[in-house]
Amino acid sequence: MSLAEERMERLAGEPLRDTNTPRGFISGVAQSVSVIWSRRELILLLVKREIKSRYKDSALGLVWSMIRPLMMLLIYYLVMGQFLGAVRMIPNFAIYVYTGLTVWSLFNEIVMMGTRSIVENAGIIKKIYLPREIFPLAAVGSAAFNFAVQLIILLLAAFTVGGGVNGSHLLYPVLGIMVATIWGTALALILSATNVYLRDIQHLVEVLLLIGFWASPVVYSWPMVASKVGTTLQEIYMANPITVAVFGMQNGLWVGNGDPSFAPDHLLARLLITLGVGLVALFFCQRVFDRLQRNFAQEI
Amino acid sequence: MAVEVVRVEHLVKSFTLRKQKSVKESLLNASRARTTNETFQALADVSCSINAGESVGLVGPNGSGKSTLLKIIGGILTPNQGRVQVRGRVAALLELGAGFHPDLSGRENIFLNASVLGVSRSEAQRYFNDIVEFSGIPDFIDTQVKFYSSGMYVRLAFSVAVHVDPDVLLVDEVLAVGDEPFQQKCMDKIRQFQHEGRTIVFVSHAPGQVADLCDRAILLEKGRVVVDDVPLIALGRLRRDYQRVIEANKESNETEHSAYQASIDSVYLTSEQPSYHHSEFQVVSPPGLTLCVNLELTFAQPVSGWSLQASIETTLGNHCLSVNTRDFLDAPLPTGSGTHKCVLRFPDLQLGEGDYVVNLALHDERDIRLDAINRAGLFAIRTNGHSSGPVYSDPTIDFDPV
Repeated sequence: MSLAEERMERLAGEPLRDTNTPRGFISGVAQSVSVIWSRRELILLLVKREIKSRYKDSALGLVWSMIRPLMMLLIYYLVMGQFLGAVRMIPNFAIYVYTGLTVWSLFNEIVMMGTRSIVENAGIIKKIYLPREIFPLAAVGSAAFNFAVQLIILLLAAFTVGGGVNGSHLLYPVLGIMVATIWGTALALILSATNVYLRDIQHLVEVLLLIGFWASPVVYSWPMVASKVGTTLQEIYMANPITVAVFGMQNGLWVGNGDPSFAPDHLLARLLITLGVGLVALFFCQRVFDRLQRNFAQEI
Repeated sequence: MAVEVVRVEHLVKSFTLRKQKSVKESLLNASRARTTNETFQALADVSCSINAGESVGLVGPNGSGKSTLLKIIGGILTPNQGRVQVRGRVAALLELGAGFHPDLSGRENIFLNASVLGVSRSEAQRYFNDIVEFSGIPDFIDTQVKFYSSGMYVRLAFSVAVHVDPDVLLVDEVLAVGDEPFQQKCMDKIRQFQHEGRTIVFVSHAPGQVADLCDRAILLEKGRVVVDDVPLIALGRLRRDYQRVIEANKESNETEHSAYQASIDSVYLTSEQPSYHHSEFQVVSPPGLTLCVNLELTFAQPVSGWSLQASIETTLGNHCLSVNTRDFLDAPLPTGSGTHKCVLRFPDLQLGEGDYVVNLALHDERDIRLDAINRAGLFAIRTNGHSSGPVYSDPTIDFDPV
């Protein structure tokens, strides 16, 4: 049998499939997930492309991704901790800041790069059909890579100068990282899609992230907040998923002076609830993304 | 047994044309914002069906909806109404090298681009050597793509694209790239695709390519299917429609008018050899005929130094020959006013199988047009099929000639 005949036979056995299935709001999830899963190789390649192209033609290459966080750690230790005296209020100030900063920059990078990801890949989106979620997901992947590098430095620092980690509380940072990743991904999905229709989004996101940094306890501590505001405001403050994630990180990876007041009450429960709400948000954002992505090729 | 691979039903697609984008303008014109959004209907109720193994050309003027249709079949655009169904692996090749990253090497880009086109890593690994060999640039494969010449870039991109192994290939104007030997290689690859039973749907503005490669052509005009037939018929119709536009443009551009008035009145074609008439063609004949163009020229006043130009083209617009009474024919021309009958004779016209048109133009001594008739006559050559191409010969072969 010739190649052509074989092909005919194979095609005759296949059903016709719609190129643009109007997916249901709820039922479309499984379809989206399986399509994205089938292109996981591409996501990985896009992450590699991002990382490789960032350090291409530089002699030190990947070392650069360590130098910046190392320098920041040094600055926080020396300038803020020693010169400005923050160490008197927060013991091991450099580790404290760096712990919060790692998880914050994970979230920050996912949202910032994710928001731009669709517009930046306009060339591909206009010419080839792909499940468009892969672009924000690739941004998540490359942010995760940078996070991993910083986490290694954090752990090294914690064991050498920070007095180790809080062994019995290691579940907290794991949950914290999950909260930051899931909320970041949800926001990246919805923001990247809306950014196609309104480019103001990407500038707005930069401003909001700046506020978000100071709204979470990265460079100050919970007791400073709790002593200034009432319980209602405290609850509002705690509703910020990144605040909860930062607390989670600090709870496991930073050994303070053993004072439990550095963390709010019911932290584990708060982490689990934030994670649960985050998953619902991710689901919702993906569905909105799916609706909006249909006109990407013509609006971009 | 025909297997349908693409089914398009009542497709409608319109785009919103946004006229303003700045915040200031939209705030100032908030009340009128709706009215400034115009819609452009790219596709208005298009239906068609394509079977496995067919090669279909999508032709039509700019803005007729060809690329939109291709993009909807490829799933890149979502239609407003209607349905598109496909079978098998569909690859859209709308732009070469989509997803190429300038900072990565050729090798890395092969894997990236292949993955973008839906090829798994293991498949790409398997085809890798073929891709590099086809591209003809093995020495540069580890060089960053930003240092490539544009020719090397398209060669590599095309090589990846043709190794995707699709059942249905959607192509937009990128059938052959690079220098002539590489273009030849591309065309051979496309022919091989056809032999392998793959379906090719391609948008083209090159009628020769469509006639050469396709067994069917769909002519779109203003978002509608006007002709869906063998290429010769669809392209013939397109040619006629283009001709109208060209003439309309010419008329509106013509600033200089001749001081004289003259016209080509009746035109009909005959052959001095036995030929038969046909409803469409004035002459249907084997090659080697003497074609006579019978004309009546009317001059309102005496025109000295006028000239008559005649040309023969295929219905697809390929020029075969032209003559001009001033440059090529050393014949005395009458100069008086009134009607002159004449016969322009083309003896022993060895044209190949095909349909041909005769175009006529009349100029005054400053070469300003007095009158012109395009497609003044239509004739057809029917051969015994012993050779193909625009020129005919009936060859023989002798072994050991003495």
